[in-house]
Amino acid sequence: MCLAVPTQVRAVDGNVATVAVQGVQTKVRLDALGEGVAVGDYLLVHAGFAIRKLDPQDAQETLALLDELFSSSP
Amino acid sequence: MSEGAAFQFRDPGRARELAALLRRYAPPEPVRIVHVCGTHEMAIAQYGLRSLLPPGVEVLEGPGCPVCVTPTADLDRAVKLALGGAILCTFGDMTRVPGTRLTLAEARARGADVRIVLSAADAVEVARAHPGRTVVFFAVGFETTAPGTAAVLLDHPPANFFVLSAHKLIPPALAALLAAPSRRIAGFLAPGHVSTVIGARAYRAIAAEHRVPIVVAGFEPLDILYAVLLVLRQLREGRAEVENAYPRAVTEAGNVRAQELLREAFEPAPARWRGIGEIPGSGLRVRDELAAHDAARALPVEVEEGEEKPPGCRCAEVLLAQAVPSDCPLFRTRCTPLAPVGPCMVGAEGACHVWYRYGGRPAL
Ligand code: SF4
Repeated sequence: MCLAVPTQVRAVDGNVATVAVQGVQTKVRLDALGEGVAVGDYLLVHAGFAIRKLDPQDAQETLALLDELFSSSP
Repeated sequence: MSEGAAFQFRDPGRARELAALLRRYAPPEPVRIVHVCGTHEMAIAQYGLRSLLPPGVEVLEGPGCPVCVTPTADLDRAVKLALGGAILCTFGDMTRVPGTRLTLAEARARGADVRIVLSAADAVEVARAHPGRTVVFFAVGFETTAPGTAAVLLDHPPANFFVLSAHKLIPPALAALLAAPSRRIAGFLAPGHVSTVIGARAYRAIAAEHRVPIVVAGFEPLDILYAVLLVLRQLREGRAEVENAYPRAVTEAGNVRAQELLREAFEPAPARWRGIGEIPGSGLRVRDELAAHDAARALPVEVEEGEEKPPGCRCAEVLLAQAVPSDCPLFRTRCTPLAPVGPCMVGAEGACHVWYRYGGRPAL
């Protein structure tokens, strides 16, 4: 129930998106998101409701931040 | 699942670098860092992260499993409603948690209509499909799950749909752990996805008032090690601040839309946590405007408010982060996931369940 995994949007219909979780298509409600969603976006989904859009670019930035930490540490 | 690969932070090279940095920041005195999230515990146990922590640094799960902290009185209420003829919808693990006398699964064996749903929206569908029946959604979960319940309450559900709210809020629980007399908590890892909803700012008052570092942590192995490192760095530098180690999913303000839904559908209320007791402002009560859909008011049933503690079970201390599952003599002997004695073994996010599945401390 508490597990949230990043899933990719396959289709959008009003406040419902279709995503694929481990190959299984499921519907996700967008009521709690507060921003628009397009096919191809990544969503963080909790108990059937999207709570955040994820950007793969941000993920890369976190890794870059870690690498900077390693190279700058005494 | 390859499509999420960009979000998987698991490479061993960076993990080794982080472990080396952790050793450099190891504190002179032993410290206990507490997280409050079953998903954190699963990642820690599954990837053996405890073996990468320096000696003297403990990371324990506190009250991070919504199934485990749901008090017996709420379960008894759900059981009574189900035995009384309502269709009772809830998340899977809830059906196996012991109430005073029966679990929901046992009620089902006696003829009650208990259904497992994956989402509040599914429970509304059940209500629409059975207009002549009373349908109760037994709602558990923290700030991640509650916005979904709020959304369906605000979306004009049918008259036969009711919510039995056992939703709980994380920041009041952190404050309660810190206020406990035997507090030995040096820092917190704040749960990443709860923080996605409430924002990093939700912890600032607690960090300042209790002088405790709070670092928002994601769920990949590198996320967790990085967050522990930031806690150790704060301890070394004598700081007690909120830091966000999960910026790709958490902002300072959080998900404002989800917060609005929570405010419109619920108001904070005192709530009982199994093993801990009542924590002020830690529950979500359905607002008066929506009382027609509030099972607590529209479908009252008598339950004993007493707390049932299985004899010998140390779940209460586990939930307070004052004990680990292997401290319990019943762990792995009389208490297993197939025959759970206490709630910490039932919930898939409960510390005892996770340690049983992944080994827990033996990874050290
Ligand atoms: S192992 Fe079982 S009996 Fe022991 S604390 Fe955990 S849930 Fe309770």
